[in-house]
Amino acid sequence: MATKKFMYLNRKAPYGTVYALESLEVVLIGAAFEQDVSLAFIGDGVYQLVKGQKTDGIGMKNFSPTFAALGDYEVNKIYVEKESLEERGLTLEDLQHLVWEDEDDDYAEKDSIRLVNRSELADVLDDQDIVLSF
Amino acid sequence: MAAIEVNGKSYEVDEEGYLSDLNQWDKDVAEAMANAEDCKLTDEHWDIINFLREYYEEYQIAPAVRVLTKAVGKKLGKDKGNSKYLYELFPYGPGKQACKYAGLPKPTGCV
Repeated sequence: MATKKFMYLNRKAPYGTVYALESLEVVLIGAAFEQDVSLAFIGDGVYQLVKGQKTDGIGMKNFSPTFAALGDYEVNKIYVEKESLEERGLTLEDLQHLVWEDEDDDYAEKDSIRLVNRSELADVLDDQDIVLSF
Repeated sequence: MAAIEVNGKSYEVDEEGYLSDLNQWDKDVAEAMANAEDCKLTDEHWDIINFLREYYEEYQIAPAVRVLTKAVGKKLGKDKGNSKYLYELFPYGPGKQACKYAGLPKPTGCV
């Protein structure tokens, strides 16, 4: 089977709708098929990656720790749109520090998150075979 | 909702025998689930079960077999980080069977 470039585009806040959780589950299932997987977070989607989430008050499972497992699934291209962060008063420091281990480089930990601006992200999207929007 | 009785304590399980509430888990229910499938839990089984519980605690998911295999190899040694070793311990599939004994939900994407 030829490898295709899959992009999961995350546009919604983590709770309140089921989109964010569903997207993450599809990513984990899809990772088993050894495709070339990328994730992008734009708009309110950037809130999904904010660190220190607590969901006790809303009675929902806090699934944000699962993002840290993506490296184990060889999902290590996570694009975050710079403008979306800025519009919400956020910086990279407010997000989880996601890493992956490079087997070919003595298991060195490398950053998974790539901060890109709107036009750079457009180019990344243009380069995909399949874009799934959540 | 089905339930398993062990030593007078009742554990709720789903239709496939996975614990409904992982906080209910203890070693007794793990032993009972294994006995029901003719599996005698050894220290080697417990290494994997404990590993899965720690993985879930940290990431809130049961890892896919491929991920489990790699992670076990890193943590417990290369001789254990291969599917032959894991399938010998858990012939019904390390994901399905070990996760069940560990009280975790079935791995995401596991059919």
